[in-house]
Amino acid sequence: MTEKTTVWEVFIQSKNGLAHKHVGNVHATDKIMALENARELYTRRNEGSCIWVVKSSEIVSSESEDSEAFFDPSNDKMYRHPTFYTMPDGAKHI
Amino acid sequence: MDEKKFQEKIDKEQKIEPKDWMPEGYRNHLIRQMSQHAHSEVIGMQPERNWITRAPSLRAKMILLAKVQDEAGHGLYLYSACETLGISRQELVQQLHDEKAKYSSIFNYPTLTWADMGAIGWLVDGAAIVNQVSLQRTSYGPYSRAMIKICKEESFHQRQGYEIMAEMAKGTPEQKEMAQDALNRFWWPSIMMFGPQDSESPRSGNAMKWKIKRQTNDELRQNFIDKTVGQAEVIGLKIPDPDLKWNEERGHYDFGKMDWEEFWSVVNGNGPCNKQRLDHHRKAHEDGAWVRKAAQEFAKKQLTN
Repeated sequence: MTEKTTVWEVFIQSKNGLAHKHVGNVHATDKIMALENARELYTRRNEGSCIWVVKSSEIVSSESEDSEAFFDPSNDKMYRHPTFYTMPDGAKHI
Repeated sequence: MDEKKFQEKIDKEQKIEPKDWMPEGYRNHLIRQMSQHAHSEVIGMQPERNWITRAPSLRAKMILLAKVQDEAGHGLYLYSACETLGISRQELVQQLHDEKAKYSSIFNYPTLTWADMGAIGWLVDGAAIVNQVSLQRTSYGPYSRAMIKICKEESFHQRQGYEIMAEMAKGTPEQKEMAQDALNRFWWPSIMMFGPQDSESPRSGNAMKWKIKRQTNDELRQNFIDKTVGQAEVIGLKIPDPDLKWNEERGHYDFGKMDWEEFWSVVNGNGPCNKQRLDHHRKAHEDGAWVRKAAQEFAKKQLTN
């Protein structure tokens, strides 16, 4: 069996000014090959103006099973949302 | 407990993601189905590659090249999605070579004339689209996302095939005959692409319960036939089924008996091109070994420099 190749996650910026968005991954042995493979695989129809590739092994993810506890600190702070506040009748542009 | 939670999630139409708990049966079913799907995209390049150098015009050649390149891309999306289940791409390819994994049986038929490029795009890609549109709603997140991407790209494939058939059907009598002949050969294998009838399909129980599949083989097949009959009429070709007729009561077309004996015989390796397709894949893989080795060596050198 052949040696395993490195897996790279691919992020594409669809248009100048927008954020890069995750689209999938590619296999490649080095970073130039990763970029070129990502271009061939994910931008055959003008999908992008910029590509990032990141080794999958370098990505740190939260665990979905722990997501409740992990995101708990934000649940009880409703005052961070504008809808929390009562505005006087007739107030405009706020 | 885990299993109950898992099923509740499925019932609520929530997607299952790679790191979520899943029953082994669910994982194995997905690996089998997704790898078969990926292998089909890759092996499916071979019958079409056969006509790239003989395409009748530069336009047709460029289109066919782009289509074959898309099929390679679709295979890669699906391998990537399948790898999230904890199996490596090397293992997946090995299973194909060891004949432990299958690919769609339709690609074991030869492409004898240019009209076959039309029939494959129109019927084979058409049937694949019906299946894939349904699979966009599959419960496994990475599979669902791959299907959405593939469906977006696939509709040009069917249209280019139908255009070829339409052009030939209004050409010389010989061209029309060629188109009809391609339809005659590909019709039955195409409608059998949806797999055995529901009454004979042992695995669909769990696949439906787990929402891996969203519609049964028979539902998908009927959907495809209902769509396609009118398209054949528009271009003046005749679907080779004397029992095909509109059933007012059902609101669907009735159709004739499929030859499952032939289907299973081809699945089990006795089709006209099974050996050729696999041999070619093995050879291409072996011929590429030095490229993979060189790439690995290059990467190592980069690290030490």
